[in-house]
Amino acid sequence: MIRRLFVVLLLAVLGGLFLALQLGYVPDAQLNQTAAYYAEHGAGELGAANLVTAIIVTYRGLDTLGEVTVLFLATTIIGLVLATGRATISSESRRTQVSELLTTGSRLLAPPIMLLGVYVFINGHLTPGGGFQGGAILASSALLLLLAEPLRDFSHSLIATVEALSGSIYVLLGLFGLVFAGGFLDNRFLPLGTFGELFSAGAIPLIYSLIGLKVGAEFSSVLVHLSATDTTEEQP
Amino acid sequence: MTTLAMTTGFVLILIGLYGALTNRNLLRMIVGFTIADTGVHIVLVAVGALPGRTAPILDAAVPPAEALARIVDPIPQALVLTAIVIGLGVTALMLAYAYRLFVRRGTLDIAKMTELKW
Repeated sequence: MIRRLFVVLLLAVLGGLFLALQLGYVPDAQLNQTAAYYAEHGAGELGAANLVTAIIVTYRGLDTLGEVTVLFLATTIIGLVLATGRATISSESRRTQVSELLTTGSRLLAPPIMLLGVYVFINGHLTPGGGFQGGAILASSALLLLLAEPLRDFSHSLIATVEALSGSIYVLLGLFGLVFAGGFLDNRFLPLGTFGELFSAGAIPLIYSLIGLKVGAEFSSVLVHLSATDTTEEQP
Repeated sequence: MTTLAMTTGFVLILIGLYGALTNRNLLRMIVGFTIADTGVHIVLVAVGALPGRTAPILDAAVPPAEALARIVDPIPQALVLTAIVIGLGVTALMLAYAYRLFVRRGTLDIAKMTELKW
């Protein structure tokens, strides 16, 4: 088949490019200039033990704000795309058999999973993890609840409120940094505290928690939208 | 180790693109894109990994004074975190569009969607 041949040819060329890249790649022995700056001054300047968090929340905080905006847009468009022309779903059509094990298990597991999510984003400046990972864990508990009780009506307005509030406070904290510290999203308008403690690194835990809530709300709203359309709509 | 990770990443990108280009089912194409996405992430992290160094998290084991000589480059890791989140958003968006197309057409076969064909 001629079409498949083209694809294979194209990928062979791409593979050749990758091979050239790989053969010519020499791992650095030292950190490059930017990374060296973060490694040397990151802990002292911002007080965050996790340098990745320091970069995401503060050094490149503006990019993260953009990222959260992209995620918000994606969620909104998904809501729009799935909502238009959605048939009104009677609870009758959504009735599915859910096993006893799943229902009981989800009651047991959902709260600890939520707690783990909160733990992950509150400790984002100390341990691996942070707002995005914690938010994803939060949303996974929402997924479990959705699987266990498909009939339960998730409050769209609650999810939207959490999302909107955490997003606005995030921007507000960024402006605080502009007024009271060095620049937009600067974390040093709060005391840096002792290095390695939970309440340290200025506003980083606060900002990352807000990101976690926002991401959790966004992912949950995607899941709720996708599950709400989980009906056999009549084909035209 | 870095070579192995990089090779895996490149191979995953090729596999994903092959899947996305040769399959005609929209869902399989989306899976292909996701695999290619994962490959890109692995390559990025591998570029930032310096041999014999540890994660960029400072604690008792890696005091801030020794950070310069002992941690890997944290910037690619931050970039990949961003890329994963955006990738998830894009995947969800693709799935939503695929769902709408299926509702409208009753098929996921890309060959049957001929409006843009020339």
